[in-house]
Amino acid sequence: MDPIFGNLTLLLSRWQFATTTIYHFLFVPVTIGLSVLVAILQSAHLKTRDPRYERLVSFFGKLFLINFAIGVVTGIVQEFQFGMNWSQYSTFVGNIFGPPLAIEGLLAFFMESTFLGIWIFGKGRVSERIHLLSIWMASLGTVLSAAFILAANSWMQHPVGYSIDKATNQAIMTNFWAILTNPLFLVTLFHTLLAAAMTAAALMLGISFYQMKRSATKEVFALGARVALIVMFVSSLAMALDGHVQGQVMVKDQPMKMAAGEALYNTAKGASESILTIGNLKDKVIFQVGLPHVLSLLATDRWNGTVQGINQLQAKYEKEYGKGNYVPVVWLDYWSFRIMAGIGVAILALGAWGMYLMRKKRLDDSKWFRRAAIAAMPLPFIANTTGWIFQETGRQPWVVYGLLKTSQAVSHLSALDVGITLVGFTLLYGVLATVDLSLMFRYAKKEIQAIGESAEAGEPRHDEEEELGSLIY
Amino acid sequence: MHVSGVQLFWFILIGLLWAGYFFLEGFDFGVGMLMPFVAKTDLERRALVNAIGPTWDGNEVWLIVAGGATFAAFPLWYSTMFSSFYLALFVLLVALIIRGVAFEYRGKGNSNNWKRNWDRVIFFGSLVPAFLWGVAFGDLIYGIPLNASGTFTGNFFDLLQPYALVTGLATTAVFLLHGALFLSLKLTGDLKDEVIKTLKKVAPVTTVVLLIFLAWTYFVARGDGHSGDVPGFIPVAAFLMVASVSWLAREKLFGWAFIFTGAAIVAITATIFMTLYPDVMMSSTATRYSLSIVRAASQPYTLHVMTVVALIFTPFVLAYQAWSYWIFRKRITLPTPDSSTNAEKDPT
Repeated sequence: MDPIFGNLTLLLSRWQFATTTIYHFLFVPVTIGLSVLVAILQSAHLKTRDPRYERLVSFFGKLFLINFAIGVVTGIVQEFQFGMNWSQYSTFVGNIFGPPLAIEGLLAFFMESTFLGIWIFGKGRVSERIHLLSIWMASLGTVLSAAFILAANSWMQHPVGYSIDKATNQAIMTNFWAILTNPLFLVTLFHTLLAAAMTAAALMLGISFYQMKRSATKEVFALGARVALIVMFVSSLAMALDGHVQGQVMVKDQPMKMAAGEALYNTAKGASESILTIGNLKDKVIFQVGLPHVLSLLATDRWNGTVQGINQLQAKYEKEYGKGNYVPVVWLDYWSFRIMAGIGVAILALGAWGMYLMRKKRLDDSKWFRRAAIAAMPLPFIANTTGWIFQETGRQPWVVYGLLKTSQAVSHLSALDVGITLVGFTLLYGVLATVDLSLMFRYAKKEIQAIGESAEAGEPRHDEEEELGSLIY
Repeated sequence: MHVSGVQLFWFILIGLLWAGYFFLEGFDFGVGMLMPFVAKTDLERRALVNAIGPTWDGNEVWLIVAGGATFAAFPLWYSTMFSSFYLALFVLLVALIIRGVAFEYRGKGNSNNWKRNWDRVIFFGSLVPAFLWGVAFGDLIYGIPLNASGTFTGNFFDLLQPYALVTGLATTAVFLLHGALFLSLKLTGDLKDEVIKTLKKVAPVTTVVLLIFLAWTYFVARGDGHSGDVPGFIPVAAFLMVASVSWLAREKLFGWAFIFTGAAIVAITATIFMTLYPDVMMSSTATRYSLSIVRAASQPYTLHVMTVVALIFTPFVLAYQAWSYWIFRKRITLPTPDSSTNAEKDPT
């Protein structure tokens, strides 16, 4: 294979994987989070018989479905890509990476799709309890799906329960339980599920506040805003605590990622946590705000704990793995980490502010909070994206930490083929995003029927869907 | 080296997953392909989409599980096949993506243009995968240029060899017939009559195409590098079942005809897998480069873990999927004046 085009194939394959995965993960957290929120709303309706909950279920249920469709269809690309673009990787890890993927399909995807079908089409055909059960089962499916794919990803971050078969050059599974109880997996799962809850709750909060301007349905969305606010506050608070544990696991398992995320070039005792740096991260620092000792404290729980630096780690890895560059792209990790964590703090602050206003009974009328809640809607999406950029690029040059480099993982494809699909997927996803966003906006702004409205009007509302009975699509 | 018991189990299980996928999404594809031909009005097209609406997504999961199971049980098969079929799979993925989105989105806009465009997407999004899956399996049996290290040395057009194209035509035709029979069980009134008229035209064509495919397969299976165990009874049964559809349709035994095309799909998949055995991919460069089950398989520990998981959870999955079909067993009736008489009829 041509050495130049070999590298180009690698480069394009990496761009394609990044593009399709980031895109896929814009929709996934909304799907997971909204399915749970809708299930909660529907449970509340069954318990209280408050018609406001019913309205909220139908309104946010539609938004959930618009997102779900794209999450599902782009998910097939995710599974196929490992074999298509990363065949050397797939051969190397198949024994270990394949099982969680297969189990994800068997346990999670069947559950999610079948019960969602029952939920969408079964209203009026199955009992209320079965209908409620179906949305909970679909939610459980999304959560299980997240669990298995993260177990697979966590193994790439921190391989456990394996041995290397020298004859075939494959990683062999020796302990499945160890893979499912990988500490890195457990903290990542917790973090991801909380992020999903926060993303969906922030979306629901913003849309509820937008909708509250219409007085006829104000009380419906005021209730929605309260549910969303509580979920958002609790999840962002839990996430801050979990992020701390996750950082400590990372320092232990992937010290280079932490060093890159902090742009810490030299090993330091009592290292300070930098909040903001202007200038070249390496040597020309123009302006830096830092909290002395905080990095050491966060990473090691000790005021003067030692945090390893990039240069020392590079030297250590060269001794261990041979000559090469073991440093990820520092600026990317430094800034993606800060954007993610910064947004986490901002959402937590927004949640605390909202909780305070709710306690003072001023939540519904605060103009500034309304503006902030609407403006905050895109933030969790940015945090999810930068979080994964940090997690995945911080592992480089490895695709499986310490075992297989990304450059050894790619398929033997021509750069032209990968170029075609990269452009193709990007265009297709761009079109889908446009359609999806326009539908989301249209539905988010749509005025729903106020409670008691149709009864006052005296005549039955003309509803095409009801007229056709079984036709939903 | 001989194929071990657990390797054989997974080879058969993956065959069953593909068979399940082709059985279930086969009729979804058929419904999508039939849409421009049998449904004249928007309401009729909606009836068609809703006939598969509650279950198409669950049907597609069979593909995801088949892919995942191949990855886990035969990593080398997964990586070789998916990277060799690179551009073909890209086209297939695009088709599956736009088709899935179309189901969800066509009803969410009001303009006729919006709906017409999504209808086109559903048609092509069903036709392309129905054909390409056939091509892919034709290539697996017939062989593609794989070198000593198992790397594909051909290009996209090497995949479009005559035998593979015939396989693609066979799957397309069988899925079309299967979809028409599914609709004959799910609809009522004029629309149902229209479907039956079409299926009577499709059935003889499908029979001929299938015969050509199976006859050619017989010669391929006896060719170089194959084990030579030409499966006799199973492909013949597949042919006879499809051939009998015309007669069954005349006798109005649509339930039986649907079971027959379904069983034929399983038998065709079995024929493909039996022809492949003891390999999973044939190399047209040299038979010794073909990828065997033994070489492609994961280690026993992985296969045992997977076996335990599959044995525990598969019954639950089958049970709730069957239950969802039971919930939606009722036929779809359009609000036209003459449909009221057939409205409550259950499928046979």
